[in-house]
Amino acid sequence: MSKAILYDSTLCIGCKSCEGACAERWGLPYNDKIAAEENISAHKLTTVETHGDRFSRRLCMNCQQPACVSVCPVGALQKTSLGPVTYDQEKCMGCRYCMQACPFQVPSYEWEARLPRMRKCNMCYERQVEGKVTACSEACPVGATKTGNRDELIAEAQQRINDNPSQYNPKIYGIKEVGGTSVLFLSAVPFAQIGLRTNVPLEPLPDTTWRVLELLPDVVSTGAVLLGGIWWVSNRRSEVEKAEGKRK
Amino acid sequence: MTLRMPKLTVWRVIFAAIMLAGLYATYLRVFYGLGGSTNLSDKFPWGLWIGFDVMCGVALAAGGFTLVAIVHIFNIRTYHPVLRPAILTAFLGYQLVVVGLLFDLGRPDRLWHPLVMWNPHSVMFEVAWCVTLYSIVLFLEFLPMVFERFGFHRPLAWIHKISVPLMILGVLLSTLHQSSLGTLFLIVPEKEYPLWYTPLLPLLFYVSAIAVGLAMTIFESWHSSRAFGRALELPLLASLGRVLAVVMSVYLWIRFLDMAHRGVFGLLKIPRIETWLFFLEIGLMVVPTILLYRAKVRMRPGALYSCAVMVVFSFIANRLNVGITGLEAGSGVHYIPKWSEAAVTLAIVAAGFAIFRVFAHYFPVFEAHSHESSHETADSKEEDPVAVG
Ligand code: SF4
Repeated sequence: MSKAILYDSTLCIGCKSCEGACAERWGLPYNDKIAAEENISAHKLTTVETHGDRFSRRLCMNCQQPACVSVCPVGALQKTSLGPVTYDQEKCMGCRYCMQACPFQVPSYEWEARLPRMRKCNMCYERQVEGKVTACSEACPVGATKTGNRDELIAEAQQRINDNPSQYNPKIYGIKEVGGTSVLFLSAVPFAQIGLRTNVPLEPLPDTTWRVLELLPDVVSTGAVLLGGIWWVSNRRSEVEKAEGKRK
Repeated sequence: MTLRMPKLTVWRVIFAAIMLAGLYATYLRVFYGLGGSTNLSDKFPWGLWIGFDVMCGVALAAGGFTLVAIVHIFNIRTYHPVLRPAILTAFLGYQLVVVGLLFDLGRPDRLWHPLVMWNPHSVMFEVAWCVTLYSIVLFLEFLPMVFERFGFHRPLAWIHKISVPLMILGVLLSTLHQSSLGTLFLIVPEKEYPLWYTPLLPLLFYVSAIAVGLAMTIFESWHSSRAFGRALELPLLASLGRVLAVVMSVYLWIRFLDMAHRGVFGLLKIPRIETWLFFLEIGLMVVPTILLYRAKVRMRPGALYSCAVMVVFSFIANRLNVGITGLEAGSGVHYIPKWSEAAVTLAIVAAGFAIFRVFAHYFPVFEAHSHESSHETADSKEEDPVAVG
């Protein structure tokens, strides 16, 4: 059963409890100065953004078909069947293709470190394995961030919209975006107004490169026959020329 | 014993300055990490070292596989005299690409990871394998120059035995990774500016690699003929110029069709930096293409050389546009390389020139019989038509 997070921007009061809980869970420092940063970075894996009088969260979307997982040359990133996208720092060679490929620009890098790692939220994978909810969901005092099974959360989100149509923008962000994400958003206003990306493709991004990569065996085998054939024909010609005593 | 000071020339001074700057930048990279030596950021993770050192480096080394295919697979022996310099450039080129990668990777000590930790869905994984294997192929193609120099006949004979499958393998591997460098960017449809983002990126990268390979061959021959006071194989290069014109035309036509089908010509009316860079890139491609169709241009060394240089620069512009500038707007970041990034890149390029020169000086790169064949064809005024076979 694939887990997900439902974030309801209409409920969020911007208390940033989720940020603190996240920092604690990763063993990262957290103080007023860091709380004031509205960007995610290698030392702040989730952030509460202020958009006028509304709030929104930024964290790894743990996509259903993640671009980062498909591009990582060493398989350091994995999409678990549980939902979280995990990262193995022992494999990572620091090519940063995951950062380039991410449509949400989530992965961050320890730019200053001598032995840098990529950092991103992994939906509290090790907590979820134990059946616990994510640290941010647990910390949220108003239930704006909630962990659960993805399809149940989608149904619940739809229910909230149906119950209160005047309060909600009638869409759920994360169902179709890049083929679906494990973090779902509800909002009172169109998503672009709370800083969500509305320009992302609806198709899963790994398809864009796989369409080409899957041709590889065809290209290699056809190419080998073609080149070998050309060599055979052209070489034969010069053999004949030689035999006829013509100087090339 | 007298110690001879090397002669102080302007070029040597410039070279020394570049190397010193590169050395200091290397110090910054090693002790202060990517943060202290680059202007990269979370939203702009790839810069000059990927855009130029890797993407342009690989393209500039494409002469190796292009000429191997022409000479040994299509068996057009006329081009034999320029084959070795092309292989040498390719061999050095790939070494330097790896050096560039060592600077860029966050964990250069894990450069070998893709060879043991697989992810066949990753374009980067495929590129890593192809580049590794192709470097081995290039090394074997390059070895005969060393063997000849030292008169090792037995190993020379061994290499000759496996040369045909080796060369075919080399061309295949090049085909794969040259195009894959374009495929790398297919994953960022929402970031890459639409003048450059197209599903045809792999094809365009492949065809352009062939063009750059040919242009680089002309470029090298011209330079080495000046450096070593060697006769320029003009008729030969002129006919390469002809091939280049055709490849460029094919490239430009694919590019045009692609833009037409995607309906992006309207973008050219928008006055923004991407538009200007696009025109610069295309202009640098169109001008030499048209010029190369004129026999007068092809037969004048200076003009032919200028055309080759323009082609090379046009594709450097292209790679930088795809790999850097085309991504800036979509990433919401304005990236200008730090001086140290430029210093490392310059040092790598300068080192490439220097090593090539030293090598060409001591090893039979420009072979003895290159003179014979250039004499043979020298009397025919216009170049031999490119008769296949
Ligand atoms: S930076 Fe690390 S995790 Fe990201 S793609 Fe490269 S090797 Fe994989």
